[in-house]
Formats: sequence, structure tokens, C-alpha cells
Amino acid sequence: MAKARTLFDKIWDAHLVDVQEDGTCLLYIDRHLIHEVTSPQAFEGLRTTGRPVRHPGSTLLVADHNVPTTDRSKGIENEESRIQVQALEDNARHFGLEYLAMDDIRQGIVHIVGPEQGFTLPGTTIVCGDSHTSTHGAFGALAFGIGTSEVEHVLATQTLVQRPAKNMLVRVDGALPEGVTAKDLVLAIIGRLGTAGGTGYVIEYAGEAIRKLSVEGRMTVCNMTIEAGARAGLIAPDEATFDYVRGRPKAPKGAAWEAALAYWRTLKTDDGAHFDAEVVIDAAGLVPMVTWGTSPEDVLPITAVVPDPAAIQDPAKRAAVERSLAYMGLVPGTPLEQVKVDTVFIGSCTNGRIEDLRAAAKVLEGRKVVADVRVLVVPGSGLVKEQAEQEGLDKIFLAAGAEWREPGCSMCLAMNADKLAEGERSASTSNRNFEGRQGRGGRTHLVSPTMAAAAAVTGHLTDVRKLV
Amino acid sequence: MEKFTKLTGVAAPLPILNIDTDMIIPKQFLKTIKRTGLGKNLFEEMRYTGDGKENPDFVLNRPAYRKASILVTGANFGCGSSREHAPWALADFGIRCVIAASFADIFYSNCFKNGILPIRLDQADVDKLMDDAQRGANAVVSIDLDKQEITGPDGGCIRFDIDPFRKHCLLNGLDDIGLTLQKQPKIEDFESRRKLEQPWL
Repeated sequence: MAKARTLFDKIWDAHLVDVQEDGTCLLYIDRHLIHEVTSPQAFEGLRTTGRPVRHPGSTLLVADHNVPTTDRSKGIENEESRIQVQALEDNARHFGLEYLAMDDIRQGIVHIVGPEQGFTLPGTTIVCGDSHTSTHGAFGALAFGIGTSEVEHVLATQTLVQRPAKNMLVRVDGALPEGVTAKDLVLAIIGRLGTAGGTGYVIEYAGEAIRKLSVEGRMTVCNMTIEAGARAGLIAPDEATFDYVRGRPKAPKGAAWEAALAYWRTLKTDDGAHFDAEVVIDAAGLVPMVTWGTSPEDVLPITAVVPDPAAIQDPAKRAAVERSLAYMGLVPGTPLEQVKVDTVFIGSCTNGRIEDLRAAAKVLEGRKVVADVRVLVVPGSGLVKEQAEQEGLDKIFLAAGAEWREPGCSMCLAMNADKLAEGERSASTSNRNFEGRQGRGGRTHLVSPTMAAAAAVTGHLTDVRKLV
Repeated sequence: MEKFTKLTGVAAPLPILNIDTDMIIPKQFLKTIKRTGLGKNLFEEMRYTGDGKENPDFVLNRPAYRKASILVTGANFGCGSSREHAPWALADFGIRCVIAASFADIFYSNCFKNGILPIRLDQADVDKLMDDAQRGANAVVSIDLDKQEITGPDGGCIRFDIDPFRKHCLLNGLDDIGLTLQKQPKIEDFESRRKLEQPWL
């Protein structure tokens, strides 16, 4: 009998082009997403060496990091940003690649566009010069972020030189309680594993709570897998996945769909397959989560207080917590619910999809944003924006006093004009609370969309369960 | 790619855990369409004050370390974003070797594409080198990639492990793409097979 294999093993084996004697593998790449920030030097490399793109049809380009989220009729004001987006467009034309322009309704954050267009399919290998490529693992695709040299390598050869990762299983038993979302779940997982706990692994998420998540919720979980150090997260595809993919513009149709479906149904971990590490989490015990420090592992239940470094034995860890608290301007022992915010950001590849906007709107409906708090709602794509407007969500956000923006990465990394000022504090649905991430000296608390909306109407970090 | 064989230089201590790539090179410098010129912005927010002046306390601003070519640092170095601008900034500054107890995967891999040697050591060995690195201009460390040895200022020797293929590429300055293109027939075979088995792709 064949050896029992994990889902990761199966996808890996199905994409092996070559294995060297020393174990180094050449892995075939089915799908390549490209944005403007990590690709210009790769295309420049191709031009210098005269190499073509091996598989133009496997490649999709879209600008997201630098694009303005306000009026776009005047183009991009910042010169460097404009040049970078222009370079992407020029490279698309020069190499004959599909490019979704800024005025195309399909434009948006690359990790929202891929699934939306049916470019992301189960069982495929997907890469992008962006660490949040892990998002696509929600479809049972092996998806991971790469550097620019590797972007060039994939463009030229449609392959990557890789070593197999180790397998980790994160099983989430039971059901998430009311008011606890996919974002809270993944923050709790990161808190448990630590920011380097997944290094060298691909994490497969399984268990009842994962099965019960919508496909969009699964994307949120896989998206932040990189924040635990693992390059990829995986969830076995099921009927929910197939329903999501069916009918998407780039998804297979007719007989091809049936053939694909037959294959996709085999994409699951065999009984008895070996995992190098296993973690079990009880969903029923989870509550809404919030980060207090400058690493995504610095996370606690909203009901907790700011931790005290004096209680930490390890001197390096104590120093790290002291540094975080000084940067964040927080005093040990302060209840997290008393921490006031200046800005609320709802969006990003983590939480910029329609279900995220619906959840935030539900909290904001009939309520008002506190005076002096700025609230940015940035849909993940033009199509998400259109859908939200059809449902009237934009009117709810505007009536509450929030800003309704054009799609893009926006304040998740503040490469465009949307950023925190020195010392400003945000409740943000994005994925990283690193020093300076949302602007030099900016202080970020990562939360779910409903928790962000709750902070918007109270002016401080708030347990959203009190509002619903 | 520039070869890496032997390196002797000043080692700078940066004992902070989880240094992410946003700290190594913040986003405002990712707007470049070139690989060069990022060295002056390496560790920007720690290295300069808000008004653009050098922070005299930051290690790379201290006279002894301004020409450091080795960095000894905390575990999980390079976590976060996949930006290759991080190793580009390190290389442009002149850092050719980073020593830590662990590295984030994407950063680790990116280093090898840019002639930078990332060395993983036990925390006890990192601590020893961190002490050595605190000696300022006397913190001269030698790295021999072929022998996989680090020699400290007192002559003490530490062995390190490295993947043999990556070592081979670094020692010879080999271009990955060129090597892979030699396997073109295998790629073509794979693609023909895929066309039959998964025609929807």
C-alpha cells in the first residue's frame, strides 16, 4: 500500500520536476501573481539577460501597494509610486502579460483578486513576491511568498528551487463562540505558536471549527500563517471551496470543471499520515483577541491587561517586551479595554473581503464613530466595493462617520498616502503590528473587523460582544 | 552574483529579537525600481531620528562599527514581509554575513540570492559572538565558508552547518536561473504531462 501522505506531501509530489542527489527539488509553479513593489528588478533581470517569460498565461499582474484609495481621476500624486505602477504596466505590455489596471473594476489587493477571478485553484502551486501569498492556501493550494530573485526565476523557468517543508497540523476542535471570528482564531493560533513557531513548516488547518469557517474566513486564517513563521497554510478543499470557485471567470468550465472537481476531491491528508508537529486548539474557549505589542505574537484576549515585563524570566524576552511597551506607550497592568485609539483601519488582504465589510457594517449600523477618531474602510478590490455598494454597506459606513475608499493595500503597510502620524494609535484589521508598519512611530493593535468597528464607536479597544 | 568564500571584518552586535524586514528597510524605500542604493536607509528608523539626523547610540553609527561587514543579532531575524530589499539594503551597506540563532524562511532564502551568508548557530554560540562583537573595533571575526568555520577575535573556532547546494552556489557565485535552464527538457516533460493530466490549468 502507498505510504499515507499529508495534503502538503500530495501537492508537493505532484509538482516535482526534478530532485537532485542532495535533496534539492525543482518545483513547478502553476500560478504567479505579481504586484508593482517586488517585481521591477525581476523584469529588469529578464530584460538584461534577454530571457522571455516562460508561461505568460500563468501570470497575473495588478498594482495594489502604491495605489491611492481616494479620487483616482488625477492618477498617482507621489512620483516614485507613479513610476513603480507605470513600470508594472510597461512590463506587462513588453512581456505580453495580463494586467488589471487601476481603473479596472477587477483591480484590488493581489490576494483578493486571485481567488475572486478563479485564478486561485485547489491543488495548484501559487507564488507571489509577497509574504501574504499564504492566503491562497485556503483553497488547498500550496501558496507561499518569494523574494524578487525568485520572482525572476519563476518568470524565466516557471519553477522554483526548493527544499520540502516539514508538516504541522493545527486542529481546531469545536465551534467558535458567538462574536469570535476567523481573525480572533488566527491571532490565538499565532499567540500559541509564537512568531517563529511555524518556521520551516507548512501548516495544515483542520478540525470542526475550520470546516465551519466560510472560504473567506479560511483565507483570513491562511493569510496570517506567515505571522507564525510558516510560509504556507493549507486547508483541504471541500464543497464550500468548490462552490466558491465555480463560475469564477478563470475557473474551469464544463467537462474541464468536472475533471478538475474529480481531482480536487482527492486533495486531503490520508488517514495515518505523519505530521512533524501537532497542535490542538479548543475553539469554544476563545474570545475576541487584540495585540498589545510590536509582534503579532504579542496577543491577548480583549478581557486581559497589558503584560508586565518584570514577570518574565528570560532576559532577551523581557527586553523585547520592554521595548514593545515603550514603543506602544502602554503601562503594564492597564486593562486593554481602556486603551484609546485615534484611527480605525478596516481592510487589507487579511480582512478586506465582503464578509468582513458586512460584519463591520453590522456593528456600525445605527451607531456613530466617536469624534476625533478617523475610520478608513478600504475594500479589498473593485468588485468587493461594488458588491458592498449594492448591499448599501457604503451608506452605513458613511452615515456612521467612516470614510469609504477605493481598493488597495492602504494603511496595512502605509506605502501610499494612508498612514499613522508619530504616536498615533490604531485598531487595525491588517496583519502586522511591527514598529513603524503603519507609519513611523505609529502604534498598531491588530483586531477583527467587528472589534475594529467596536473601537470606532467607543473610541477605545472594546469587547465587541458587549455591543451585539 | 558575487562569490562568498572567506570574509574577515568587524562584527556589529544587534541583540534584538524578531527583527522584521520593516525594521531592516521601511516601506517608503520599496518604491525603488533598482536593487542598489538602499544601504543608507538600512535600519532607517533605529539609525536616524525623526528629523533625519543620525542616532549616535545605534550600533552602526558608532565609529567602530561604521564599516561592519558581519551582523550578530537576535533570533528570528528577517521575519515578516518577503521584500528582497532587506538583503539588498544589508549588502549595499556592506554586510555580507548575518549570524543568529534562527532566521525567517523567506529572508534566509533571499540572502543566498545576494551573496550574503546567513549563519544559524546555537544560542550559546551566538551569545559568545555577541560578547565578542561588543569589543568595538577589536571585534574582528573571520568566516571561512568552505571550511564552515567562524574564528573569533581570540582565535576560538565555531563550526556551522549549511545546505551543501546553497554552499556550492555561494562559493561559486552561481546564478540559479542559469542552472535551472539547463533542466529545460525536464520542465518540458513536466508540462506535457500536466497538459494531459490537468488540462484545466
